Amino acid sequence: MTATSLVHGRRFSLIRRLSNTPVTVLLAGGFMALMLFVMVFAQVVQPYAFDHIDLLNRMAPPVPLEGSTWIHPAGTDTLGRDLFSRLLVGTQTSMLLALLGTCLGAVLGVALGFLAAHKGGIWDEGIMGLVDFQAAMPWFIIALAILAFLGNSMVIFIAIMALYGWETYARITRGLVLSAREQGYALAVRGLGARPSWIYLRHILPNIAGPLLVQLTVNFPSTILFETSLSFLGLGIRPPMTSLGQMLGEGRDYLINAWWLAVVPGLTIFFITLSMSILGDWLRGKLDPSLED
Amino acid sequence: MSYLEATDLARSYQVGRAGFLRKPRSFFAVDGVTLTLNKGETLGIVGESGCGKSTLARLLLGLIPADRGVLTLQGQQTLGVSETEWRALRRRMQLVYQDAAGALDPRMSVRTQVEEPLHIHGLPLDGAERALQAVGLFGAMADRYPHELSGGQLQRVVIARALALEPEILVLDEPVSALDVSIQAQIVNLLMDLQRDFGLSYVFVSHDLSVVRHISNRVAVMYLGRIVEDAPRDQLFADPKHPYTRVLIDAAPKPDPSTRRAIRLEVGDPPNPADPPAGCGFHPRCPLAVDHCRKEAPELRRVAERRVACHLVSEPFG
Amino acid sequence: MIWLLTKTLRAITTLWLVVTFVFFVLRLSGDPTLVLLPDDIDEATRDFYRQLWGLDRPIMVQYWSYLGALLQGDFGISFRNNLDAFQLVWDRVPKTALLTGTALLISLAIGIPLGIIAALYRDSWIDRVVMAVSVFGFSMPNFFLGILLILVFSLNLRVLPSSGSGTWAHLIMPAATLGISFAAQFARYTRSSMIDVLNKSYMRTARSKGAGPLRRVNLHALPNAAIPVVTILGFKVGELLGGAVITETVFAWPGIGRLLTSSVAARDLAVVQCIMILLAFTMVVANMLTDLAYGWLDPRVRVGAKAGAR
Repeated sequence: MTATSLVHGRRFSLIRRLSNTPVTVLLAGGFMALMLFVMVFAQVVQPYAFDHIDLLNRMAPPVPLEGSTWIHPAGTDTLGRDLFSRLLVGTQTSMLLALLGTCLGAVLGVALGFLAAHKGGIWDEGIMGLVDFQAAMPWFIIALAILAFLGNSMVIFIAIMALYGWETYARITRGLVLSAREQGYALAVRGLGARPSWIYLRHILPNIAGPLLVQLTVNFPSTILFETSLSFLGLGIRPPMTSLGQMLGEGRDYLINAWWLAVVPGLTIFFITLSMSILGDWLRGKLDPSLED
Repeated sequence: MSYLEATDLARSYQVGRAGFLRKPRSFFAVDGVTLTLNKGETLGIVGESGCGKSTLARLLLGLIPADRGVLTLQGQQTLGVSETEWRALRRRMQLVYQDAAGALDPRMSVRTQVEEPLHIHGLPLDGAERALQAVGLFGAMADRYPHELSGGQLQRVVIARALALEPEILVLDEPVSALDVSIQAQIVNLLMDLQRDFGLSYVFVSHDLSVVRHISNRVAVMYLGRIVEDAPRDQLFADPKHPYTRVLIDAAPKPDPSTRRAIRLEVGDPPNPADPPAGCGFHPRCPLAVDHCRKEAPELRRVAERRVACHLVSEPFG
Repeated sequence: MIWLLTKTLRAITTLWLVVTFVFFVLRLSGDPTLVLLPDDIDEATRDFYRQLWGLDRPIMVQYWSYLGALLQGDFGISFRNNLDAFQLVWDRVPKTALLTGTALLISLAIGIPLGIIAALYRDSWIDRVVMAVSVFGFSMPNFFLGILLILVFSLNLRVLPSSGSGTWAHLIMPAATLGISFAAQFARYTRSSMIDVLNKSYMRTARSKGAGPLRRVNLHALPNAAIPVVTILGFKVGELLGGAVITETVFAWPGIGRLLTSSVAARDLAVVQCIMILLAFTMVVANMLTDLAYGWLDPRVRVGAKAGAR
């Protein structure tokens, strides 16, 4: 096969692959792309500042409903703050926190997993003991207490999110590294005179990235639920800041007169977790057909 | 002139798990091997699977630690050296693997992998191109990924990667046994050309006598972790002294069946290396074994240009 | 026996670590008298309370005396109303047990049959529907589900009470809120575990012996498929308790979770600590029981454990 036909073949198969992808996966991917866009550009697209108060238009319903106004098409809350703008900023906060929490947890877990596999012995025992400990304690409840007692600190909140779920990455990474290290190519590269760190970073990490990526998609929805749950209880993101969970917690008090205040952010959270679950299932099937069930 | 010299090399492995008050059982995969490799020559090492020849290959390179023994390269100790010295030694001695596909990272292009040893040792990358051309991989071929290449091409890549560091010694662990016969000849001829062009010394490990006979200057026969016979190629094939060597040579396919000798193995399978027999390791299968063989293990004794470990070699037989 | 002993030791260590971790982290928050007592109180009264609550001593002394008191079953006194913290928490246990127990039963009763059916009709439309529903189920945040249920059944249809406890009507929505995401998860685990087992050679043997489909499923597949599901069950206890905190808050269910959120808001240290230790204890015991059940269900583990004992 010549080089040009190879390129054509690849492009062709990309188009075919896209058209072979299930509609649900495309929809989920599109929705997550939209959420990522909001995460980055919320301030660019928002019609109002998220904390801009418009007392003349309080508790306006979204447009198709009776009493709605085109000044605030998505409605307003009890202080007349534009719901659409708040939704954008809330989504931004929740997405950022979940992404940061997931990535920090992943980096921590992967690093510790590598360390446990590499050092073995007492290091392995210690790290795996820590993993068991983390898995055996009610982290959500401890997080709740820490946040309540140590107050409204973003650093602490992010640290708590990072510590949520790291143990799964550590466990997976350790197992993957232990088996990847015995692969022929890892031993061969060692035989070329490479340092262990070279082999880990250049060969083993890229080769175990697939399962870790799947774990990332599995972990992301639970991290965003972790954040929104705590914020819902009034402990994570607190006013004047806002997140999807905080909006939902606030809207809960007005279910009778303004149900949309709770339902709109709630639906957003639901669609994010749903999309990520669909994407994660699909990715898992793609990367390892034996795990498809 | 002796170049790489091994004295009493040994390496054991554990079998089964350690328990409370129970020492793990272990066996010697390589048990007291002494050999020398001269500059520019090819030392063939033959034996059945499980005889320890692959372990010996890795021991010679220092890829796995030895339990005991001394290994010197041009008089310089190579065992138990510091991590830095160990890495520096990699530039002088390289291993070529049987499973070429497994020895290559599936996610990297061939060129990247041949350049890798140069990266690791901080050498200029143009050595990779030379190595690729030396093994006959040109142009776009080098930009492919392992799964896009054939078995013979993959083995060329592995050889090129080993050559990139311009080593003095290549240890080849069954380098052709996974290949088709026609490809085997190509690779063996390539190896001989490379040896001539670059002045390499080879340790060529194989279970295939015909290949070893083709490429080697000297041949050592291994059985149960020990060398039982070691002689210049022509002497060994023309006049094998150790009964095991004779069995091996007889078992190998021959162009003319009438030349077969009437020596047969008593028992077909090699013994379990984890539970070696007492005395000479070969005695349960040896058609010529006498009482003495069951009690005492024979020393590897020098007889003219060769070394043999058999109680019977002083007496004429066959 | 030795295996059980090491498990127990490990569980105790975990518990001790949780206690220590919680103690020190919560002490970092500063002087509780500043939060709990009125601002205009004079310093002498403040000192009196510091002494009363033992806050004037060095933190390590406080820690050791706290540990010692714990070992004697003394969890301290609620700052809010001077009641025994443990008694306060213990009184709420039945409510939470009722809620989580019902939710767990619901989730198992829905999830396991659905998972079995999906596995038996693998790749059919039934399988696809079950799996789609389950993705919806476990993607749904429980706090949002609770609010939706309140909107529909309490505010619009007016058939169920939105808060409180006491009657079966009060239990329906909280238990459903807590149980549905677990039902979805159990359906998935059961399905994949059943598919695994159905592909095993002994299932083919059973079929070739002429065992009927019902017999094959009940006698051969189910016990083996149950193993991974039981393991998951143990690991889900923490999630279940966390979910209970949220559910109890949404529905004003007077259990431990609601006590926790209100105590946390009032910074009632002794009560918060007591709840956490109790929940950690529950989790650790659940994990241990899981291990035991696992060994009981899977004879290979038992043999392996004996051989591995040193």
